[in-house]
Amino acid sequence: MTALLYVSGALLACLALGWLGRRIAQTTTGNAPRYRDMPLAVAFGYAFSALLLGLGVWFYFQPTATEAGIPRASVMFFRWAVQGFVIFALAAFVFRLAGRHVGPAGSRKMFRNMPLTAAFGILMILIYAVVAIFAGQIAPHGQAEVFNAVNVLPGGNPATGGNPEFPLGTDQIGRDLLSRLIYGAQNTVGIAFITTLLAFFIGGSLGFLAATLQGWLDQLLSRGVDVLMAIPSLIFALLLMTIASAWAGSEKWLLTVYMVIIIAVIDSTRVFRLARAVGLNIVVMDYIEAAKLRGEGLRYLIFDEILPNALAPLLAEFGLRFCFVFLTIASLSFLGVGIQPPLADWGTMVRDLAQFINFAAFSPLTATLPLLAAGAIALLTVAVNFVVDWMLHKSSGLKE
Amino acid sequence: MTCHVPGVLKIVLQRLALGLVTLFVVSIVIFVAVNALPGDFAQVILGQGATPEAVAAIRRDLALDEPLVTRYVGWLGAILTGDLGTSFAQLNFQSSLGGGEMKTVASQIAPRFANTIFLAGVTAAIAVPVAVALGVLAALYRGSVFDRFTNIFTLSSVSSPEFFLAYMLILFLAVLNPMLPSLSNIYDGMAFSERLRATMLPALTLTLIVLAQMMRMTRAAIINLLASPYIEMARLKGISPMRVIVRHALPNALAPIINVIALNLAYLITGVVVVEVVFVYPGIGQLFVDAVKIRDIPVVQACCLIFAAAYILLNLTADILSILSNPRLRHPK
Repeated sequence: MTALLYVSGALLACLALGWLGRRIAQTTTGNAPRYRDMPLAVAFGYAFSALLLGLGVWFYFQPTATEAGIPRASVMFFRWAVQGFVIFALAAFVFRLAGRHVGPAGSRKMFRNMPLTAAFGILMILIYAVVAIFAGQIAPHGQAEVFNAVNVLPGGNPATGGNPEFPLGTDQIGRDLLSRLIYGAQNTVGIAFITTLLAFFIGGSLGFLAATLQGWLDQLLSRGVDVLMAIPSLIFALLLMTIASAWAGSEKWLLTVYMVIIIAVIDSTRVFRLARAVGLNIVVMDYIEAAKLRGEGLRYLIFDEILPNALAPLLAEFGLRFCFVFLTIASLSFLGVGIQPPLADWGTMVRDLAQFINFAAFSPLTATLPLLAAGAIALLTVAVNFVVDWMLHKSSGLKE
Repeated sequence: MTCHVPGVLKIVLQRLALGLVTLFVVSIVIFVAVNALPGDFAQVILGQGATPEAVAAIRRDLALDEPLVTRYVGWLGAILTGDLGTSFAQLNFQSSLGGGEMKTVASQIAPRFANTIFLAGVTAAIAVPVAVALGVLAALYRGSVFDRFTNIFTLSSVSSPEFFLAYMLILFLAVLNPMLPSLSNIYDGMAFSERLRATMLPALTLTLIVLAQMMRMTRAAIINLLASPYIEMARLKGISPMRVIVRHALPNALAPIINVIALNLAYLITGVVVVEVVFVYPGIGQLFVDAVKIRDIPVVQACCLIFAAAYILLNLTADILSILSNPRLRHPK
């Protein structure tokens, strides 16, 4: 209750400060239009953001431990968040700067009017790709390697229960968490990527086929897709996984294969919709007519005439679809029915490590473990979304 | 919406019929999917420790020796009379220990369904006003720092996995600043305020998930209208920007906004599964995931059907509302 009182008091103070600040600016600048026409809400916004900024700076420089030596977790988390934000922003800025001056003319031009968020997205995607491809070389240990050190705490400091050999510690059966996190990039991202490719192959080819042939095949496929899309995708995936797990029996790797197929089929319905819509717009073009009159076959029509012209919208869709697939797989793994052990993956790691979050007040480092795995998922989807957002904005002709 | 012209009524009825047909076909899909199970799955599901009685009971319950169509008709008929079958876990428990009252799937689902509806209701009550307000503000100050900041924030929150947002909220609102309980302990006869408190964290997580889409659509719908001549007119009359948006733009942008709100509530259905598991919220999503893990087919089937029905219903509502809120369709020439 007192917290509510403080917050509303601070908001009122902001309002008063905003009004006062606007008044002072009006009188000192001789009623300049900028201050004369400023709504009170905007003045309030300035005062409020100034207050937030001040609070943030004050909080950042609070001591990280009380005098008794107990760590103050909220200060530490805040510092990490601010440092992470600044480092990422700086990295994106440097990356964009480098892109503007290095490389072929085409990419230099692309970087010139790129927002910082898109540069950040591209940088992140590159980093993830490198880690995923070279996981075996980067990771210090194997993903399923079990060591004789169980529940080593993160930090690598022997005084606080760490071990310099395992910078992020080990899990409850003695596997190195850093290695598992790195291999997670390979497994989670790799499987999601394969699934998306499969979904695009199925949905794209069927969609173009329906658009080119039309008639009963189009009707059949479209109505089928309508029905499949009427079931929420995660729910449908869970239902099918139940059945798949009965088929797979005790062979865990088979379940992962089934999962890839199930999610690819479910997501291909969305791809089908888009491919068919785009394809329908293309098949009425004169050059398709000309190709048909030339006597070209179906394969040529789809792959040499329609596909190149439908590539731009499909590419943007690929990014979004990848995010969806990636999140679905992570959610399934988090719920315990997705990627199966001994493969390391982020969704399962979050579920296994989630309990450590309750230790945040005593050992902030330990509490970050589940957040690291979950954050690795979030960071990639956010990065892809930033890039797709920018691509869509660019292709829509830079309007609002 | 004073006079319902038969034309509109016809469209609405058509949509309703289409929804019913879709639901019917979906029930076929779910039924066929479940029947793709391997033949001896009763043994597989119950594992080595299963009693022969339990295995026989499952075989009898699913009537595996009858033809597919007969089974489907029987299943559908039972569902329509409210009989969702008996959970395998209950059957197994019953046959090994004996006695006690047998709980049907329907009686298992009913209280949890109410809990989930409560959670969705609380979420909607928070998310809808906040999303519309933020959307209006972002449209009003488009291109400003505030607009860009909300854009980045909402894009990030919509693309993060549900459990990431959930654990972030737990970390900050339950562990570091113990304001709200991190586990939703809901029981019968709970006071409303207590219940609201226990529901708050899952509701906030779901709010973050759906907020972005609603807010972005509100903003886009309003900005779309700002180029219209009547907005120009209102501006030239000297009305303040806020008033232009709230009085002139918002009412006309209502149709797409309502549509997006209904669609996002449909999206909540998927989000609710993960969020309920994180917070151990006793809703239908958690029951569903538990049933999936132990392959409790009747429960999985029933939950799946309920989710699909809710999803179809909300999509249908979005459709019908957008028809009703379009004056051109409401008053055809």
